[in-house]
Amino acid sequence: MEHKSKYPVSHVVGFLFSLVLTFVAVFVALKMNVSYTIVMWIIGSLAVIQAGLQLFMFMHVTEGEDGKTNVINMAYAVFVAIVIVAGSIWVLTSGHAAH
Amino acid sequence: MSANVNHSLPLEYQTEQNRLNILGFWIFLGAEIVLFATLFAVYGVLGHRYAGGPTPSDIFKLNDVLIQTLLLLTSSFTCGLAVFFMRQRDMKKLLTWFVITLLLGAGFLFMEIREFIHYVHEGATMQTSAFLSSFFVLLGTHGAHVTFGIIWAIMLIIQLLQRGLTPVTARKMFIISLYWHFLDVVWIFILTFVYLKGMVA
Amino acid sequence: MGIKWNEILVGGDPLLVGSQIAIVLTVVAIVVGLTYFKKWGWLWREWLTTVDHKKIGIMYIVSGVLMFFRGGIDGLLMKAQTARPEMNFLDAQHYNEIFTTHGVIMILFMAMPLLIGLMNVVVPLQIGARDVAFPQLNALSFWLFFSGAMLFNISFVVGGSPDAGWTSYFPLAGKEFSPGIGNNYYAIALQIAGLGTLMTGINFIVTILKMRAPGMTLMKMPMFTWTTLITSIIIVAAFPIFTVALALMTFDRLYGTHFFTLSSGGSDMLWANLFWLWAHPEVYIVILPAFGIFSEVIATFSRKTLYGYKSMVISIVGIAFLSMIVWVHHFYTMDAGPAVNSFFSITTMLIAVPTGVKIFNWLFTMRKGRIQFTTAMLWALAFVPNFVIGGVTGVMLAMAAADYQYHNTLFLVAHFHYVLIPGVVFAVFAGLYYWWPKMFGFMLNEKLGKYHFWLFTIGFNVTFMPMFFLGLKGAVRRAYTYSAESGFAPLFLVSAIGSIILAIGFAVFCYNIYWSFRYAKRNVSHDPWDARTLEWMTASPVQFYNFAVVPEVKQLDAFWHMKKRGETLTLKESDIKKIHMPSNSGLPFYMAVVFGITGFFLVFEAHIAAAVAAIGIVVGLIVRSFDYDDGYYVSVDEIKQTERTWRNVEGGTENHVG
Repeated sequence: MEHKSKYPVSHVVGFLFSLVLTFVAVFVALKMNVSYTIVMWIIGSLAVIQAGLQLFMFMHVTEGEDGKTNVINMAYAVFVAIVIVAGSIWVLTSGHAAH
Repeated sequence: MSANVNHSLPLEYQTEQNRLNILGFWIFLGAEIVLFATLFAVYGVLGHRYAGGPTPSDIFKLNDVLIQTLLLLTSSFTCGLAVFFMRQRDMKKLLTWFVITLLLGAGFLFMEIREFIHYVHEGATMQTSAFLSSFFVLLGTHGAHVTFGIIWAIMLIIQLLQRGLTPVTARKMFIISLYWHFLDVVWIFILTFVYLKGMVA
Repeated sequence: MGIKWNEILVGGDPLLVGSQIAIVLTVVAIVVGLTYFKKWGWLWREWLTTVDHKKIGIMYIVSGVLMFFRGGIDGLLMKAQTARPEMNFLDAQHYNEIFTTHGVIMILFMAMPLLIGLMNVVVPLQIGARDVAFPQLNALSFWLFFSGAMLFNISFVVGGSPDAGWTSYFPLAGKEFSPGIGNNYYAIALQIAGLGTLMTGINFIVTILKMRAPGMTLMKMPMFTWTTLITSIIIVAAFPIFTVALALMTFDRLYGTHFFTLSSGGSDMLWANLFWLWAHPEVYIVILPAFGIFSEVIATFSRKTLYGYKSMVISIVGIAFLSMIVWVHHFYTMDAGPAVNSFFSITTMLIAVPTGVKIFNWLFTMRKGRIQFTTAMLWALAFVPNFVIGGVTGVMLAMAAADYQYHNTLFLVAHFHYVLIPGVVFAVFAGLYYWWPKMFGFMLNEKLGKYHFWLFTIGFNVTFMPMFFLGLKGAVRRAYTYSAESGFAPLFLVSAIGSIILAIGFAVFCYNIYWSFRYAKRNVSHDPWDARTLEWMTASPVQFYNFAVVPEVKQLDAFWHMKKRGETLTLKESDIKKIHMPSNSGLPFYMAVVFGITGFFLVFEAHIAAAVAAIGIVVGLIVRSFDYDDGYYVSVDEIKQTERTWRNVEGGTENHVG
């Protein structure tokens, strides 16, 4: 986990990637002529990729003796997050609740 | 605890208590993910209930949002650099990049507050509609986290100056870097699912 | 500032005036008593500033028992009011307040602290640790819980109780329909207590993952430790949802936002959705540690290793996932459509599978075991059939179509009391009888314990069994009275009589504590039950550093096998090394005070005062940040001296169970 190189290569690469991802998302959202659903899927995926980038390249989630625990912890948190967001929207926008 | 020091590891991992704290903070971040997920769920449910008030495309301004995004994204990068130089035991570079991080964070906060004030002047307040209630609370919670982070960071800079790099100060620095990166992750989702989503339609 | 001083004290009702006088007298008595016996310094040093997990655990348990008393009185008042048709003992408003506080107190301020208290006392000992991972945070957890609990409890005499049910559904709980400040107490007191619980969750995950004795792999952990770990994970996953829900409720009530209101686009069912996203996992948060307690008690008193350890672990891990995806079964009648209701019907029924696995594991543990009918074991034995009644009626309620019939009737109320009382309360009693000698160095009286057990179990069944039938006949919950023509009267009367038996049972328990404190023999051994896990390897009561030398673990039920191998507790003097311990701190207590004051001002919507008080919170955080206290070392001599006191008297102690 000790950085051998004298220059923060992975940080610079990670930063450039996240800039690119951000601008691609903005471009897709505002300049591309595709349906709303497709746009949301694309920019949603880009956001997830960028979050992963931060997690692995900046936060070093796998680092240290508890790397595995951290990954399981993040995975479970993401599972719960998806349940909350998707579940709430599903439950509250179907059936009578939608009206 | 001061016993059980392993010098082969980076400073922040050297003591057992440090390893406990770092793991504990990761688990806290798990709780933070759930907290923000709940706010996103609320926004997902209420985000289109304008109640006759302004809609996202009425109020959102792309330029301001992009500037905020760049400020926060860059600050996450500079924060990573600060930790990188901490691991090389380069106190001067650590402090330099960390102070830059804070300035960028403060810049973000300034932009966000300006944006909020602008909305309020346009008659878009927290009380206007369910959409704006959920918008302000989601964004406000993120902004409050940034504010808290800045105060916390100032405290830490004082301690770094007082005590230099020790396992304890290094651990604190590492933990605040996790926090700061995490806030950037949250912002990415805010940019995507609040601002861009609102401007697509 | 918005405080209307003349409205602060609730007056008029003789019951309330009586309580106000009683509270003032109690406070005066405590202050005078502490001053007279010169105990202020002792209280501060030994309890208010302690970071010792065992003492924190005991404080949780004491608070839990007190809250049990308060919640129990609420329950009795409800039973008295419904004993006969068209009674005028309580009016509708008072009844609303009482079922609200009963629910909140019993779940959050009785069940939670009693279980977290036992977790605090037992888990570090079971894994061979000297304390939890973050001792000072642990103290903060307790004090925030306590602060929240006290803030909630003063509501009925200061400003008025919340009255929208423990679920506080909108729109009823909103400013429009509940303009008083009662529901502010709900939003803010639970927020403060909830923060404490979240920190407990984080603390115990790290403690269990990182601080186990050498050799204790995950699959060699005692079952109570396993359930605590999974409970903590569910706490971390679920409590932030409640944090947000309560914050949004606060915003709606105090700052006029529109999250759950009917106007301006708010969604009242969003509250129900968020509430149950938290509250269903909350059910498992209280039930899993209880399962762990039963597992320990049943294994110990059947003289056998827990049957199906692996399947037990798999089923509790399974519950950590399933518990997050069943919440909609609490509001099927919202009618989210067939797809949603079917999905949640299936997940709800699925969760019965791991629970069933556990029931069979306990039964098979007892099979061919040499069962000892101690009080602790009696609770575990009674738990199985009673809990099965709760579980089976739960599967009935799980069917969405059928639930339209049961919804909001006393059938549901009976169901969850059959789950929570045998599940949680029996477990807490079992755990208290079982671990009492470990905490205090003397036993609770077994004979009084058996009176307690029989009165409580019989009273419980007489109280709640009739409510199933009342519910099936159509009696709705939360109705303060019913007509004579309804035909409900006989069963309501039976239920009321049952509640008196239940209360007598609880009184016997309190008397047992008193009796045992005064008269029980103090020469109890370190292992009075001939038990199986590491906590019984060290003194009773446990010395502050827990273990002079951290034991090495080779298999499950480590201590049992050490005894079987004839390993004695003799210490080699050369093995004793100085021990590092954390220092006490007054900061957690200070934080509880400032949180309490801030919360109080927020309840009364005095925003400026609250903001000023909140500065105190920030100051506390800053002080903590600059605190570099690294604890202290216990010298080898002190350890030797302490160890001699209990290891030498071994021959003179008696094992309670022959």
